[in-house]
Parts: sequence; C-alpha cells; structure tokens
Amino acid sequence: MELQGLLFWIFAVLGIAGGIGLILNRNPVYSALSLIVNFFSIAGLYLTLEAEFIAIIQILVYAGAIMVLFLFVIMLLNLSKEPKQSPFSPSVIVAAVMGISFLVIMLITFTEYTPVSEAAGDLFVFSKTETIGKAMMTKYLYPFEMISVILIAALIGAIVIAKKFNYENENKEN
Amino acid sequence: MELSIHYYLVISAIMFVLGVMGVLTRRNAIVIFMCVELMLNSVNLTLVAFSRELNNADGAMLVFFVMCVAAAEAVVGLAIIISMFRNRQDIDINNFNLFRW
Amino acid sequence: MHEEPLFSLIILLPLLGSLLIGLGGFMAPGFAKQEKTVGLLGTLMVLIPFSFITYAFLNYEGPVEFGLLGAVDSVNWMFGGDLDLNFTYRLDELSLLMGMIVTGIGSLIHIYSISYMHGDRGFYKFFLYLNLFIFSMLNLVLGNNMVVLFLGWEGVGACSYFLIGFWYEDMGNAKAAQKAFVANRIGDFAMLVAMMMIYKSTGTFTISGEGSILEHAGDFTGDAVWLVPLLLFIAATGKSAQIPLFVWLPDAMAGPTPVSALIHAATMVTSGIYLIARMGELFVGAPGILMVIGVVAALTSLIAALTALAQNDIKKVLAYSTVSQLGFMFMALGAGAFTTAIFHVMTHAFFKACLFLGSGSVIHAMEHMHTEEDPQDIRTMGNLRKYMPSTHWTFFISTLAIAGIPGLSGFFSKDEILTMNFLNGMDGQMVYFIVWGVGMLTAFLTAFYMTRVYFLTFRGKERFSGEKHPHESNAFVTIPLWILAFLAAVGGYLGLPAVIGHGKYHALNNWLGIHGGDSHGIGHGLEHGVEHATGHASGAVTMAHIHPIEEAHASAALEWGLIAFSVFIAVFGVSLAWRLYSKHDLAGDAVVKRRLGRLYKHMQNKFYFDELYETILIRPFVWLGRNFVMAIDRYFLDGIVNGLGNFVLFLGDGLKTLQSGLVGQYAMMIVIGVVIILGYLLVA
Repeated sequence: MELQGLLFWIFAVLGIAGGIGLILNRNPVYSALSLIVNFFSIAGLYLTLEAEFIAIIQILVYAGAIMVLFLFVIMLLNLSKEPKQSPFSPSVIVAAVMGISFLVIMLITFTEYTPVSEAAGDLFVFSKTETIGKAMMTKYLYPFEMISVILIAALIGAIVIAKKFNYENENKEN
Repeated sequence: MELSIHYYLVISAIMFVLGVMGVLTRRNAIVIFMCVELMLNSVNLTLVAFSRELNNADGAMLVFFVMCVAAAEAVVGLAIIISMFRNRQDIDINNFNLFRW
Repeated sequence: MHEEPLFSLIILLPLLGSLLIGLGGFMAPGFAKQEKTVGLLGTLMVLIPFSFITYAFLNYEGPVEFGLLGAVDSVNWMFGGDLDLNFTYRLDELSLLMGMIVTGIGSLIHIYSISYMHGDRGFYKFFLYLNLFIFSMLNLVLGNNMVVLFLGWEGVGACSYFLIGFWYEDMGNAKAAQKAFVANRIGDFAMLVAMMMIYKSTGTFTISGEGSILEHAGDFTGDAVWLVPLLLFIAATGKSAQIPLFVWLPDAMAGPTPVSALIHAATMVTSGIYLIARMGELFVGAPGILMVIGVVAALTSLIAALTALAQNDIKKVLAYSTVSQLGFMFMALGAGAFTTAIFHVMTHAFFKACLFLGSGSVIHAMEHMHTEEDPQDIRTMGNLRKYMPSTHWTFFISTLAIAGIPGLSGFFSKDEILTMNFLNGMDGQMVYFIVWGVGMLTAFLTAFYMTRVYFLTFRGKERFSGEKHPHESNAFVTIPLWILAFLAAVGGYLGLPAVIGHGKYHALNNWLGIHGGDSHGIGHGLEHGVEHATGHASGAVTMAHIHPIEEAHASAALEWGLIAFSVFIAVFGVSLAWRLYSKHDLAGDAVVKRRLGRLYKHMQNKFYFDELYETILIRPFVWLGRNFVMAIDRYFLDGIVNGLGNFVLFLGDGLKTLQSGLVGQYAMMIVIGVVIILGYLLVA
C-alpha cells in the first residue's frame, strides 16, 4: 500500500506537469514531448489501479504509435515557434475563467460521490487480460467489429485527404 | 493510506481542464490536437478508476474503444492538417476562417 | 323507430348522378352533347329516390333512420369529447312529406329542363347542379342532425348561387348570384350561432329521436329561450326571403326558369319554414318570437304583393308573389300552426312551380320569335291562349289556385292560415288580428295581381310583333305542367277546413300531428292553433298543452263566416282585375296608377329596399373598406409584417458575426455552454 501511494503521487505530479508543459511550450516538439511524459504517467496511474493490460496498451498505442505520428508530422511540416501570447489577452482570461469554473464544478460533483465501499467478490478481475478478451469477443463483439471498420475508414480517409492531388492535370485528362 | 477513487477523479479532472485550456488558448492546430488527446486520456483514467471501483470490465472495454477512436481521429486529423499546410503553408487556426458568413 | 340501410340510396343517388354527369361531361365532351342521356340520367337519379320515399310513405309504421352508407353510424363525421357526429337521416312524417315534395317536383322539373335547356352550352352542367341541389336539399330535409342539416342548408345555398349565375357571362346574372349568396350568408351566420347555442344548452346536435334537441327542448334557460328561436328565424329569413333579407329572391330570377321553379319557388325557399316547423318545440316556449314572426311575415307579404302589382316582368311578378306567399307560410308559423305552414308549403309548391314552368314555356315561345323585345315583359305578350293552350290552361288553374278561389288548393291552405291567426286574435292577442287583416288585404292583392298577369299574358290583344307567332312547347314541358296543375287543383283536399267534420278530414294534420307515436312530429303548436288544426284526434298527441276539443274557441258559425269572407275577398280580387283588364287591356295599369297615386310609384320602385340597403349598408361598408385599406392595412398590418421582416433582418445582421469561421471561438462557445449547463444542473 505504501508503495502504491508513493507511486500514485509521483505519477500524478508527473502527469500534471506534462499537461502543463503541453499547453505552455511554444515549440510544438517540446509540447509533444511533454505529452509523452503525460502518457507515461497515466500508464503508471493505470498500474496503481492494477490495470496492467491497459497500461501496456496505453504505452504501445499512445506513446508508441500516436505520438510518433504526431512528432513525424510536426517535423515533416517544419513548424516555426508559435508567436508569444500575452497571458492577459481576453481569450486567455476567458479560457482560464471557464477552465477553473469547469474544474470547480467537477470537484464539487466528485465530493458528492460516495464510493461503493469494497465491492464484494473477486477484486480486480476487471483488468485481467482474460476478462477483457472474453468480453471483447462476446458482449462487445459488434462494437469491436465496428471499431475495425472505423479504423479501415480512417486509414482510407487519411490517404485520400493527405494525398497530393493535382487537380488541374486531373481535369485535363478527363 | 487508502487510495480512494477521489484521488484519481481529481487528477483526471485537472488534466481534462488543462486540455480544455490548451484547446482554447493555443493556435497551432497540431498542439490543439494533442490537447484533445490529453482530454481523452483523462477521461480514460476516469473510466478505469470507476471500472475498478465497481469491479466491472465495462469501463475498461470503453477505454479500448476510446483509444481506437482516438487513433483514427489522430490519423484523419493529421492528414487534414497536412493538406491544410500544403495549401497555405500555415496551420495557425486563427488564419483559417473560410466558413465565415 | 327502426333502421333501413337501403334508404341511404335516397341520399346517394342524386350525388352519384351529379358526379357522373359532372365527370362525364368534363372528361368526355361527346357525353356532354348527348342531351337525352344526360337529362334522363339526371331525372332517374331523382325519380328513384322519389319512389323510395313514396314507398316509405305508403308503408309508414314509424320513423325510419339510416346513415349515409347504410347503417346509422356508417359514416362518422367527427367525434371528440362528448361530440359524436354521424351522418344520420330520418324519415318521419314531416321529412317524408318534404322529401316527396322535393323529389317529386324535382323529377318533374328535371323532365321539363330536358326540353327547356335544349341546345344550351352548359346543358350537362345544369343537370349536374340540379342533381347536386336535390342531394343538398335531401340532406336538409332528411338530415336528423343539425350539422347535416346545415350541410344541406349551405349546399342548397351554393347550388342556388351556381344556378342563378348559370349564364354568368352576363354581369347582371353574376351580380344577382352574388347578392343571393351574401344575403344567404347573413342568415347562415345566425343559423351557426343558433346551432352553437343549441349544442351548449342540450349537448346534442341530433334533431329528433332519443336524447335529441326536441326531447331536450325544456333545457333552454335564460336568454337562450328566446334567442335561439329568434336566431333560427333570422336564418329562415335569409333562406326563405323575408324582411329584411328578401331582396335577393327577385334578383334570383336571373337564373334559368326551371331553377326559379324548383329552387326559388317550390323547395329551397321553403326550407326556412321547414326549419322552424321542425324546431317547433323550441318556438312554443317563446310566444313573443312567434308574434315577431307573424308581424314580419305580414309586412313582408303585403310589401311583396304591392310590389308584384306594379311589375311588368313576368318572372319578377312571380318572384314577388313567392315572397308574398312565403310570408303567408310564416304567418302560419307565427300563429303556431306549424302543420298549416307545411300545408301551404305543399300547395304553394304545386301552383307556384306550375306558374313558373308556365312562364318558362311562355318565355321560350317569345324568345323563339326572335323579336327585339324583352321576352319576359308581359306588355309584349297578350292573347297567348290562342297559340299555347296547354300552357294557358295550366297557368289559368294555378292562377285561380293562388288567388284562393274555393275548390282549388290555395284556397284551403290560405284560408286555414288566416283562420288560425284570427283565432289567435280571439284568444286575446290583438297582434294576430292585425296579421289577419294584413293577410286578408294581401290575399285580395294576390288575387288581383295574379289575374292581371294572367290576363295580360294570355288574353287581351296580341301585342307582340313579327311574322312568326309563338308555338306551344313540346311534351317534355306540357306533361309536367299538367301534372302540377292537377296537383294545384286537388292538393288542397288533403286539408279540409276544420269546421267540416271537426278536422276529421284534414288528412295532412292527421298525418303530421298524430301519426308519429313519439310525439316529435310537428303537430303541436300554440294551444289553439293545434287544437283547432288537429281537431278531435289531437288527443293522441302527447303534448301537455293541448286542450280537448270542448274548449275550442271557434264556433262553427264563426268559421263559416271567415271562410265566406275569404272567398269573397278572392272572388272580388279576381273579378275586379278581370273587369279592369278586359276593358282597358294594358291601360288598366294606368287606372290602377291613378287610383293609388304616389303609392304606385313606390310599388314600381320596389319600395326602395335595394336603394336603402345600398345607402345604409353597402356604401358605408365600401367607405369603411377603402379607409381601412389606408389606415389599418397599409400602416398597421403592413407595418407589422414589414417590421417583423426588418427585425429579423436586423437580428440576423447582428447574429451573423457569431459565425466567425474561427474554430477557436466555436470551441470557446462549446465550453461556455457546457459550463452553463453543468452549473445549472449542479445548482438545480
């Protein structure tokens, strides 16, 4: 328990720090790296929740695949730094006010939540790879299949959108 | 010390709000995208926390679906950003207001 | 009471006929030219219902009910809440009689029209409208439901409009149709209000039968007791051409003559009388309204008779005569003698239809001479009896009938009306003496002007010119004429005066008053009216206020005296006119003019009713309309409409800035919205 609490605090602080780094860095590459830190710490938080499988997937998919894609695009586009923004510009103030009130609302809501004290029976079966695999092939079979369709569609869509079309030549050929 | 679900909820709320503020303040389209990813991740954290709390696999399942959708979204979004950049040499969203009245 | 689903054919066949003729004529021009086919089809669609009704009449054992498509509840028109409206019809004593008059005379006039409308461009349209009219009229008289009755009421009004304006290329005809339509609308409005008040008081639209309006006649309280009858009477003044709404009927003569005979003499214009007779029970509770009806009727009949005296257009004379005779019917209603009113409706239908058809025959003959003169002007006729014997004789019989010569139908009904009023006066209500007196005067005038028309048309010198001379019409015309003339001669024997055998031989009263077991026939009016009209047998009627015959006020001597006086009046009128016009011919009018002085001028000008309405109603309305266009329409209404448009335009101009095209702003709006909604949920 002690170690779990310690790890929680470490990952929590790291995750929030990563989030802050993400929104404050003007260089997109640094932002992306901060986000990777955040993803890793979230994976750590999953571990403290004893959801090992999800933690692994988090690292593989997010930190591994998605962030690589982001970094690849950032470097491909060779972006310059974002211009400096005054911390007191109207949009920033409004965003801060909205964000803080949103946070306050959520915190108030959470304090009103009383935990279900110590759910009975097998604890932590939820995160077993076996449980998840069975659920995916039985109860969530159709959503699972739909996800594969969505991924294929996204793949094709990405190719079509990003492909370099030469519209003028296209028209001439026809 | 017992780690109650509240800790996780508060952490994920803070991350979520960070993501929201990033979306609202940043102007680089890619960074905004990354902020959205951050928001999605914070929600995932909530889902897993509740999944454990209720000892129920449904929350964990939903995390997978969120991840898949996030991956698909990132792919398509980045493709859009690439084509935007190809046309305007710029991805500052404040410079894109073609759908204006 | 029992149901008879097959009888729905009575209603459906005329409708089917009009649909067939209409669609056939519209789709296939060849069919429209087949005049005999169209005409016979139309006639058949009225003749078959007539035979059905006659069958029902001969086998009558009590009221028969049926629905539009068979069973009583076969067609549910509308429902909701307590309202459950079915298309129901009811054949009882009164509606059977009216149905027979409508379909019987309707068939004769259909036959007549085949010849009369020969060669007209709108031949098939004419029969389409006629069948539609019969359908509507049957709805009116057979409908056992205020709403179905109202449907028929409006339907006959619409058909009347179509047929008055049948030759609509002539602006005058179109205007006459419009006038009739508008005058009828005023009455219809009163009818609608009366219907609503009736529904409010009784909670039903059913006219008679179980849980009907007539059974709930006692439910009226407060002002509704006199307001409902008054409104019904106003409705009747519109349809049945009484003061103040009678002005449309003389103009309605713009339509083809068979229409004048069928709609504007025999059937439609009597629907007001039918309505009041049907709703008689409501009127019994409002004696004051009955007096109003009597006075209005007397005034109408007198003014119309005076006007008729000074008209030269044969159809105008007959039209004013119709108004006057309708006044007689209302006098009967005013005296509470509802059966007597229906009696006069019947006899009037016979002789007036015959007169109109005769005038149509005359007009046709005059038109065929192709002279320059107006074919309807009696001053251009004269001595037609030499050329048109059938028309002459039938016209002669009907003239004597309407004049009240004893032995012919008009005498019996008219005499009964006047006697009723006199007896009411004896009962202490002096108003009825005045009505009686005016009625007598009108009877004299009727005899006089009808003899004048007859004489100037069929006797005296030949005043028409041209080489050709008029021809008698063919059998399609003369056969209906002879049938009607026969009925006009003998129709009165259905209602012999009460003094003969104490009303035992008054077949009509016996039929209407007693035959119905459920007391919702119409044989109950004001006390003396009923007790007199139905004589001994009235004991069978279950109305509480009917006295036994011993209390009758009228002694036999008095009745014989009244009859003798009425005979004297009629004979005096006829002989006076006969002597005057046989001596002076056309110049007889000048003699009348000299005698009457200034009054004659007023008569010629129809007592300025049209001018009066023009001044006090139409011009102010037009003025108001013009000014409202400026003040209300242009500034107020247009202002609202344009203002709304401009406001929306302004709003859009402002709001469109929200659509900046910037994703960041949209995201901001989403977040603000989410915060507001979540905050509200948290607080609430």
